[in-house]
Amino acid sequence: MRMTRTDRLNALSLAFGVIVLAVLLFPLYWMINTALQPGAAMAELRWVPQTLDLGNFGRAWESQAGNLLTSMLVALGAVAVCLVVAAPAAYALSRLRLRGARTVVFGTLITQMVPGIVVANALYNAYVELDLVNSYLGLVLADASLGIPFTIILLRAFMVSIPEEVLEAGMVDGAGRLRVLLSVVVPMSRNALITGGLFTFLFAWSDFLFALTLNTTDAVKPVTLGIYEYIGAHVGDWGAVMAVATLSSIPAAILLVVAQKYVAAGISGGSIK
Amino acid sequence: MTTIASNAPASADRERSRTPDPGVAAARRRRRILSQWLFIAPAVLYMLAFFGYPLVRNVVMSFQQYTPATYFTGEAPFNGLDNWRAVFTDALFGASLWHTLLFTVGSLAGQFAIGMALAVFFSRRFPLSGIMRSLLLLPWLIPMVVAGTVWRRVLDQETGVLNEALQGLRLTSSTIPWLSSPDFALLSVVLVNIWIGIPFNMVILYGGLQEIPKEIREAAVLDGASPLRAFFGVTLPMMRPVVTVVLVLGFMSTVKILDLILALTNGGPAHATETLGTHTYQLSFLQLDFGQGAVVGNVLILISMVFAVIYLRANRDGLGR
Repeated sequence: MRMTRTDRLNALSLAFGVIVLAVLLFPLYWMINTALQPGAAMAELRWVPQTLDLGNFGRAWESQAGNLLTSMLVALGAVAVCLVVAAPAAYALSRLRLRGARTVVFGTLITQMVPGIVVANALYNAYVELDLVNSYLGLVLADASLGIPFTIILLRAFMVSIPEEVLEAGMVDGAGRLRVLLSVVVPMSRNALITGGLFTFLFAWSDFLFALTLNTTDAVKPVTLGIYEYIGAHVGDWGAVMAVATLSSIPAAILLVVAQKYVAAGISGGSIK
Repeated sequence: MTTIASNAPASADRERSRTPDPGVAAARRRRRILSQWLFIAPAVLYMLAFFGYPLVRNVVMSFQQYTPATYFTGEAPFNGLDNWRAVFTDALFGASLWHTLLFTVGSLAGQFAIGMALAVFFSRRFPLSGIMRSLLLLPWLIPMVVAGTVWRRVLDQETGVLNEALQGLRLTSSTIPWLSSPDFALLSVVLVNIWIGIPFNMVILYGGLQEIPKEIREAAVLDGASPLRAFFGVTLPMMRPVVTVVLVLGFMSTVKILDLILALTNGGPAHATETLGTHTYQLSFLQLDFGQGAVVGNVLILISMVFAVIYLRANRDGLGR
């Protein structure tokens, strides 16, 4: 059977797409490939693992399991704080006609422009005074700040589109604003809340700056800080370092597979086109 | 607290309001406004504490003398313009500023060009294009420190796969010191950051492309314009708002990058990859001179704010909603 012009174009596009993908994802392939091969002798490193060797992962897990757990706890804590703070604000900013609401939205946008190191600079000093250095609470609060403005903007944009009648129906039944938020707006905004939560999780999981600057001891050590110190101490042991890198990329990989529609929505939604 | 609980009485007020009483009405309005602000207050306080306070504190700190002893004595006396003078007369500041400029402009140009090319490519539907597009997001989703670590492995002079491949293909005769030579380090860091930024640019530009009616582009092509002419003459101008947003957001996230550079080069070799971000970090957290760190931080804020204005102008419509 002869190929039509469209078929040929599709085949060409597919081939080109595979090449682009292969080139751009190669470093990540290499990370997994290195992690799966035994020994640190890089001269023997193959392009494809010959046997499945999980020795590197064993060593990585031994040293980083606690840090991975810390990252998980801190990130989940940040998500909780973020949603509790951002959802009511987004609701009020999208619905209630308040004088000053515009200023708040403006301020929310401005926060996105404050460099993290500037925040860390001042925050460290404040944390010393408040005794929040080397604490889970301190890191959770700092990491939540990475997601709050983003989530407010995202949720507000979504809540604007909820029909006024739906909310009024809730009010007529005698529910107060808080009840309407909890029993009408929140369920309706489920997807936007998931998106905001996912991104806050990713921001907090990826956070390195606050982990590095707000902790002076090993008491609270997320995996991003763990890998940074690990590479300093085990610079020859690439297999184990890449195993740590692989382990700490897992949330991103899971999100991409399980929640990809939210991820794409979040990236473009966060830009407030 | 009481105001939230007062929502039920507020609806009782509404019943009564059929017999208007100016005093009661005003009180009710005040209470309603107050209860509404309670929804926003936590977020406002949070943002004031985590963004507003640092902005102000950094300005104050830049006029204070911090030493390691400050953490025992708690004293950071004001020292006028000493920090500013010290920072501005240090050659490293000028170098950091220059590196930041090169890093930012180079990263943005690369991210945008490749991101746009991929957005155009993927706006043609072909088998598996959707799956490929989402897989391409991975570099953006993994922690930057992890990306930096992985690339450090790939770019390693002696055992890195890039040099191995280049030599295998006989493109270079000797290994290239990607991260270990001052001549290459900044370029390498820019290349890695381009890699990280491609997905973000692609996704947003792809979204922008989808919003342009196909007919308009087709009409241009029918009129005899080459696809390239049609792109630059019709598509690109129509995407201007999206392009502005992408570039400004890209600028803002690039200008302050710290973790990637720390993971790749730690600012070295010989300060070749020192930027305003890493310089602030070095001054504050390694030399424990928070006053001088704050000076560099303030410069970083100033640069960001200029672009913030551009961004907000570009977003004026979004704000008005």
